[in-house]
Amino acid sequence: MAAEETYPEELLYHPEHDWARIDGEEALLGVTWYAQDALGELVHYEPPDVGSTVSKDASYGEVESVKAVSDVIAPLSGEVLEVNQAVVDAPETVNDDPYGAGWLIRIRLSSPEEREQLLDAEAYRKVLDEG
Amino acid sequence: MQTLRRTPLHDRHVALGARMVPFAGWEMPVQYEGVIPEHRAVRTDAGVFDVSHMGEIEVEGPTARDLLQSTLSNDVDRLRPGTAQYTLLTTEDGGIVDDLIVYRLEECRYLLVVNAANRDPVFHWLKDRELRGSDVRDVSDDYGLLAVQGPRALERLGLEPAKAFTWAMAELDGVEVMVNRTGYTGEPGVELACMEDDAPTLWDAILARGVTPCGLGARDTLRLEVCYPLHGNDIGPQWDAISSGLGWACALDTGFTGAERLREIKAHGPERRLVPFVMREKAIPRQGMALRAADAGEGEVTSGSLSPMLDVGIGLGYVPAAAASPGTELVVDVRGRERRAQVVKKPIYTKEEAA
Repeated sequence: MAAEETYPEELLYHPEHDWARIDGEEALLGVTWYAQDALGELVHYEPPDVGSTVSKDASYGEVESVKAVSDVIAPLSGEVLEVNQAVVDAPETVNDDPYGAGWLIRIRLSSPEEREQLLDAEAYRKVLDEG
Repeated sequence: MQTLRRTPLHDRHVALGARMVPFAGWEMPVQYEGVIPEHRAVRTDAGVFDVSHMGEIEVEGPTARDLLQSTLSNDVDRLRPGTAQYTLLTTEDGGIVDDLIVYRLEECRYLLVVNAANRDPVFHWLKDRELRGSDVRDVSDDYGLLAVQGPRALERLGLEPAKAFTWAMAELDGVEVMVNRTGYTGEPGVELACMEDDAPTLWDAILARGVTPCGLGARDTLRLEVCYPLHGNDIGPQWDAISSGLGWACALDTGFTGAERLREIKAHGPERRLVPFVMREKAIPRQGMALRAADAGEGEVTSGSLSPMLDVGIGLGYVPAAAASPGTELVVDVRGRERRAQVVKKPIYTKEEAA
């Protein structure tokens, strides 16, 4: 069953509907509740290769519903340490738990200062309200 | 900006929380609960679709038969009152202006149910060719049309089974309906035509009988699993009916527009063919992607989706005729990634296969 609409305070957000959970020199990245709701039930996740680099504001993968394809935008730059295989195997995990089990990649940050450019939950909500 | 038209059930869709999208000039529900649960409801129980956006054109008069026989690809003379037929409106080149179902209402009166986007083109095509003694009228605004489809559709509606491509008048929960034994899902079921004002009452009655409301999203994945072509995607004026695999709906000896050209194409064999295919690697094909056959050349995906029943990517696309046999290996260019696929037999999905 789809999750309720939330935007956790402890995450940082990119206006293209992506979140980052920073933990020291690493971060987990994923898509927001809004993104998964707009797409509908996800049926495919095309992840990047482990070891490849992702760049802030650039696409690092794709998620697809039955009807639509969407690029996933990196909120931060870094090297891909891990791809969430659980989402590759069961993409609907993103709908069920977009900020938890539905994370997409884990990266080692190459430019930690980029976090200053991201939005907090309140600012991201404003982006959605103005949308 | 063009104003979108609304069916008589618009308020019902909004109240059910449907996601409304523009489709062929109409504001239509693409999904309620979700494409996948709605798709499964139709495969396992029963679903109802509002297809009131489709066009209805009546052709009446002593020469109505002559007009239709000279323009439609199938043999109109095989229709008796009470029956219906899948047929094509074709160009001189054998291209497809629309695919439609023609119902013989009375001895000299026929009803054509056409795709929403082609309502005006079909109407004008026939109106321009009207004969003395035939009257062509666009009656689309008079009708509401609901498709009720699924293995339990008849049981839920309290209807007895009947032969496919027949129709009869009946009363359903107080509403007078034309019960058509037709559909676009590969499941048993009916398409119910009623007077426009009765559509909300009929819709409510059908939902009260435990039928799941389904949007255009599920309608598209259902028809794709059973390889019914969609006009505007898989068939159109730019592809002839033989290449599109619809030769079976062309009675080439009736002399309809385009018959001569189609006979030539049939004799020489078409250069390309529309084929169903299944992904052999994890990926979802989409309309417009290149479809390559090792030695034979390149074609194009015309419809693609995930199959909710088989949980693999499936599609329809044109390939060089040499690559059209079931089993042929194909490669789909998925946004720069090459993913393997294979031509399969129609339909892609059958009940036995999923079991």
